[in-house]
Formats: sequence, structure tokens, C-alpha cells
Amino acid sequence: MATKAEVLDFIRVYADKMAEHRQELTDFDQAIGDGDHGINMSRGFKAVMEKLPTFEEKNIDDILKAVGMTLVSTVGGASGPLYGTAFMKAGAAVKGKVELSDQDVILAFEEAVGGIQFRGKAVQGEKTILDSMIPAINAIKTSITAGKSMTDALVDAEAAAWDGVEYTKTIIATKGRASYLGERSIGHQDPGATSMAYAFQAAKEVALKAGN
Amino acid sequence: MVGIVVVSHSQKIAEGAVELAKQMAAEARIAAAGGMEDGSIGTDVSKILAGIEAVDQGDGVVILVDLGSAVMSSEMAIEMREGGSQVKIIDTPIVEGTIFGSVEASIGSSFDEVVEVLASAKAYKKF
Repeated sequence: MATKAEVLDFIRVYADKMAEHRQELTDFDQAIGDGDHGINMSRGFKAVMEKLPTFEEKNIDDILKAVGMTLVSTVGGASGPLYGTAFMKAGAAVKGKVELSDQDVILAFEEAVGGIQFRGKAVQGEKTILDSMIPAINAIKTSITAGKSMTDALVDAEAAAWDGVEYTKTIIATKGRASYLGERSIGHQDPGATSMAYAFQAAKEVALKAGN
Repeated sequence: MVGIVVVSHSQKIAEGAVELAKQMAAEARIAAAGGMEDGSIGTDVSKILAGIEAVDQGDGVVILVDLGSAVMSSEMAIEMREGGSQVKIIDTPIVEGTIFGSVEASIGSSFDEVVEVLASAKAYKKF
């Protein structure tokens, strides 16, 4: 379960993480991309935090959509349309909900990952956001089906996300700027997969705090 | 007249391509949608959407892109648009395409004709 307060808390915690890991994400991106992922993500979420007071009184779906809209116009790089679409799709999936059940949370994540796949025309195994996101969502589904709490499911999800990040070190990038490097991209972790793993870390921390 | 929107990560590239094209087709409807609101490097869905609205006279709009997020941001701008004439992203060199497309559009060619000229710009031999 997730309340509106927890959704807002997730946005704030994730925004903090993007500011905190700005340099780290940029360094990962400098190795295999255009070196702006941390700068872009922190800029986007800084804008989200600035605009948050204008939409925090709205419903969960409108809040998520507003976050997405802000990201697509402020991030600047490919992560803008990708994360932006994810938040908008997640919002659309929980339309009219005042509180999210575990199934609503799963649906929101599934719609979000579907949106990223649609937008980026990518599949798992191409050294992208998807390589941490898909295993993390699968972990949530497996854990909830096994009767675990959402908090425990998010603990499992974060672990799966970081495993996914590790996996990106072993594969060649075939999407995005890193694909220009071919085999030279091996050995480096994907910045997008990394920033997505922090999203599951943020969700886990919020759930732990709320004690769901 | 078919409208043209130039989407680059760099505001200067987009504006430069428009400037070059205007030299050959002063009356063409071309919008530069490069960079972020503050002028930094990136692509901005709102800026692209505003560009489409600015050049749409009802005969269609073509979008020329540099790479990566320019494509995704343009796709999002098209999806978010309500009403208006047809809009298409064309895979073609951004500078040459802007010039060829502007000349073609300015002589009153149809949307399909402009799209065809832009597609052929990819195979254009410079020497």
C-alpha cells in the first residue's frame, strides 16, 4: 500500500538522491556517454521540487503526471522523455486513486516500464535503464505473490536493481550514445540503470519509514 | 505552407540552420527549437511543441532532428499536441535538410513533396 503522502515523500527522497549522486552519475556517463546524466537528472528533479508546491494538493495521478511533464521540459537529455514518460504512464495507471494498493503500485510500475520501452524502443540487455528496472519490478511481483509486505518487496526490488546495474558492466551498449563505443562500453556500469536503481532505493526507504 | 521545426541539442545549431535556410528561402515557416529554456545543451518538449504551433499553417509540419533525445522529445511533443495538421519527424541531415526543406516548402510544395525531398537529402552527394 502507498498513501499520497508516501508518493510525495518518494518524489522528495528521489530528488535528494539525484542531487546527492549528481557527480557520480555524471562520471559514469562521462565514461560511456555524453557526460550529462547526473547534471540532467538533478536539474530535472530540482525543477520538480520547485514546482511541487503547485501540485502537491492534487490527486496521486495528477502529481505523477506533473512530475513527468516537468521532467520532459527540464532534464534535457534522453532521460527526460524516458523518466517523464514513466511518471506520466504511472500516473495514468492509478487515475482517480486516493491511496494505492499493492496491485496499484505494481500496475503503476508496469505501466512506467512499458512507457520507457515504448519511448526508447529498447529491450532488456541493451545496457539501459531497463536492465535495473525490469528485474526490480519482477522482484516486487514475485515477493508480493509470495505474500511478503510491500516494504519487503521493495527491499528485494532494490537488491535486484543493483544486480541489474552490475550486469550492465558485462554487456555492450546497443542503445543511446554509449552504442557508439561498441565493445569499449564493456566494464562500465550504465548511468541510466544506476539512476533507476536509486528510484527503488528511494521507494524502499519511504516504505521502511512508513512501516508498510 | 509546410512548416519546419529544427530540433537540436544546441540552440546555436538550430538557430544557425534556420539562419542558413532563411538566406535561400526568406519566407519559409521555420522554427528553431534547440537547447533548453536557459540556452544550455539538451532538448525540451515544450520548446518543440511551441515550435510546431508557431509554424503550423494547416499544411503540415516536418521536424528535423540531430540525434538521441531530439527524436524522443519530438515524439512526445507530437503526442501531446491537440489538433493541428499532420506532423512528421524526418531522418535526414539537419543542416542540409533544413535548407532543402525550406526551399521546397517556400515554393508551395505539398507535405508529401517536402517529405520526399527531405528523405532524398540523406543521399545527397556533396562532391
